[in-house]
Amino acid sequence: MSELDINDKVNEMLHKSEHNAAAAECFEKTFVRPEDEEREVIAPDGSIIKVNPIYDYFSGKKPTEEKPCGGVVEKFLNWARAESIWVLGFGTGCGSIEIPPLMTPRFDAFRFGVQMRPTPRQSNAFIISGYLSVKTLKRVIRSYEQMPSPKYILALGSCTINGGMYYDSYSTINRLDKYLPVDVYIAGCMPRPEALLAGFMKLKELIKAGKAEKANEYARNFDEYKANQKKIIKDWNMPDYNW
Amino acid sequence: MKEILDRIQSKYNLQDTSFRTDTMAFTTVSKELAIDMVTYMRDYEGFKHFVMMSCVDWIEDNKLQLLYLLNNPTKKCDIGIKVFIERENPSMQSAHHLWKQLWTYQRELKEAFGIDFPGSPRVDENFVLEGWTEKPHMLRDFDTNKYAEETYFPREGRSTNDPATYMRAKLYPNQPVTAKKNKDHE
Amino acid sequence: MSIYAKLAYTLLGLFIVLNWGMLMSATFRKIVARVAGRHGIPFYQPWIDLIKNAGVRTTLSHGFMFYLGPVFRFTGAVGMFLFMPALFGSDMWSNFSFQGDLILLLYFQSFGMLGMAIGAGDGGHPHSTIGISRGLAQHAAIELPMILGVISLAIQYHTLSLNEIIAAQQGGFQHWTIFTNPIAGITLLLAALGAMGHSPFNLVKAPNEIPIGPPTEYHGTYLGVLMSSGAILHVIEAALFMNLLFGGATNWLEYIVKTFLIYFYSVFVGVVFPRFKIEQSVVWFFKIPLALGILAILIYSF
Repeated sequence: MSELDINDKVNEMLHKSEHNAAAAECFEKTFVRPEDEEREVIAPDGSIIKVNPIYDYFSGKKPTEEKPCGGVVEKFLNWARAESIWVLGFGTGCGSIEIPPLMTPRFDAFRFGVQMRPTPRQSNAFIISGYLSVKTLKRVIRSYEQMPSPKYILALGSCTINGGMYYDSYSTINRLDKYLPVDVYIAGCMPRPEALLAGFMKLKELIKAGKAEKANEYARNFDEYKANQKKIIKDWNMPDYNW
Repeated sequence: MKEILDRIQSKYNLQDTSFRTDTMAFTTVSKELAIDMVTYMRDYEGFKHFVMMSCVDWIEDNKLQLLYLLNNPTKKCDIGIKVFIERENPSMQSAHHLWKQLWTYQRELKEAFGIDFPGSPRVDENFVLEGWTEKPHMLRDFDTNKYAEETYFPREGRSTNDPATYMRAKLYPNQPVTAKKNKDHE
Repeated sequence: MSIYAKLAYTLLGLFIVLNWGMLMSATFRKIVARVAGRHGIPFYQPWIDLIKNAGVRTTLSHGFMFYLGPVFRFTGAVGMFLFMPALFGSDMWSNFSFQGDLILLLYFQSFGMLGMAIGAGDGGHPHSTIGISRGLAQHAAIELPMILGVISLAIQYHTLSLNEIIAAQQGGFQHWTIFTNPIAGITLLLAALGAMGHSPFNLVKAPNEIPIGPPTEYHGTYLGVLMSSGAILHVIEAALFMNLLFGGATNWLEYIVKTFLIYFYSVFVGVVFPRFKIEQSVVWFFKIPLALGILAILIYSF
């Protein structure tokens, strides 16, 4: 797929959703780095190969809704999901300093089935810890999209709710829920580990009640979320959905 | 410190020389002579340690001011060399050949103030922002509040207080404001 | 006994070993937590994790070889269980042991690691490739003293059948190999530290090294299979050293107590000593364990 096709596709997508004329305008300015451009290279044996670095390594396939199977089975699985929350070890802002005390003797979140996992593939909860700059948001989106569904987001601190003390900064976002679906907000600046534990309890309640289906919401409103993301991430050198 | 400055006073036509302490002086030099002077200070006066480089936006005078801060580790003294450059299409002679860390400083200044340093390695690459298309964000006529409002979906109902007045009203509601205003901060 | 009854007993034994292994890994994490001054996970956490992993909705594949990683790992663990007598002297629980099963067991020990090399390579993540290269390097270093120790036992007992080795150790603890052939015993116990994969030899899969090593890309059900084969391997590695050195087991209680002690010998070494870098651990195995292994062989050649 050439850059032009992608642009066309995205524009088409953007025009579908209503309040995004500005986003479409921004996306025109998107540039592809020289090393990411689609090009032809000569292989060692002399044959000519077409490479498109972004789409060769990742699939740009759109996410699909994965319906819960329902009934007793789903309830049982939800119980297991609630009791085994694997958190991605990715500190996105200043709030990540609250995570070490959370896992160490004083607060010991392991008691509640909360564990840290080092790779997005194995984790199902994401703590957005505090302010999120646009540059970090890009990495967060990539990590979030690599996590297998069902997945949950805990937004930590007032920065993720309304921008907090960085509400007027040119490089940090104001509302996280415009870019990624949030399950639980934990207010404060910074919230103490107790607040974080309370957030986990709230998340457990939601999962057990079958209400933590934000991964499906993300898939459903994918175009809208993607348009919002592209409005601010101008250096979009990755496929639209990268897993 | 003073005798060094006296010695080079006429050579570089120093202006506005001021001493913060006995061992720390700031002086202004013309744009053409600046890098020459930095080189001289490094090679002949022993200011071997490059502390930092920064920029101030004097929007009222339509000027940008660059500051090279150097340190002499043997005599334990510092000198700040200030340079005024034009604000429209700012450009400055690169000093990356003197200290390698200037690559990064100049790259940062290019991104934050839009100052060009021709010949400085990797000066056009992103520094902290990725794909920034607006005007340089540290210039004072870039309205960060307006930009954030237009770009980042501000949440309705957010209120904000000036910390000083708010805390004073909270802690000492009946006490009149008596603290002297600091003249420097007016 | 008919082959079907035997198969049923073997599968039942596998089930016992799986659950025992899960409980052991939970106890292990509990002990690590207590050493750190924490309360730690609830003891049933591994089962919940397993159910949770089975309930993950998204599964994605990186190609055919990607599937083979967990499959090989599981085959290695189950194969080791199938061909090792679980309880000595019992017709029901002798599984499918036969003359020369020791060679097969040693082969199956490397099998899982080789399988992970296939799967991790196809995962495409650089971390899994680095992890597996470290894993194979360390495995090669462990294998050397291990094989030397086993050969020493084979010379001592003139057999490669695990059943006969256990039979020769019956009649009291003074007949155990660890007392009749202490040099080979110590060699094998040092190699056991590496084979169990706890600190100081857990660089390969430690979550806080390059993220988790070989299983970086595995998620959901794949990870569940890897976790359960890991649980089986914990028990079965301990059972191998129990059979070789500590006189085997004649009932399940003995089996559980002995595997527990052998497993927790490596755990306690792990909580006391910090993690080795890969070049350090390889060199460590090439020093004292290797020298002892050669000595264990030399003793029987005179």
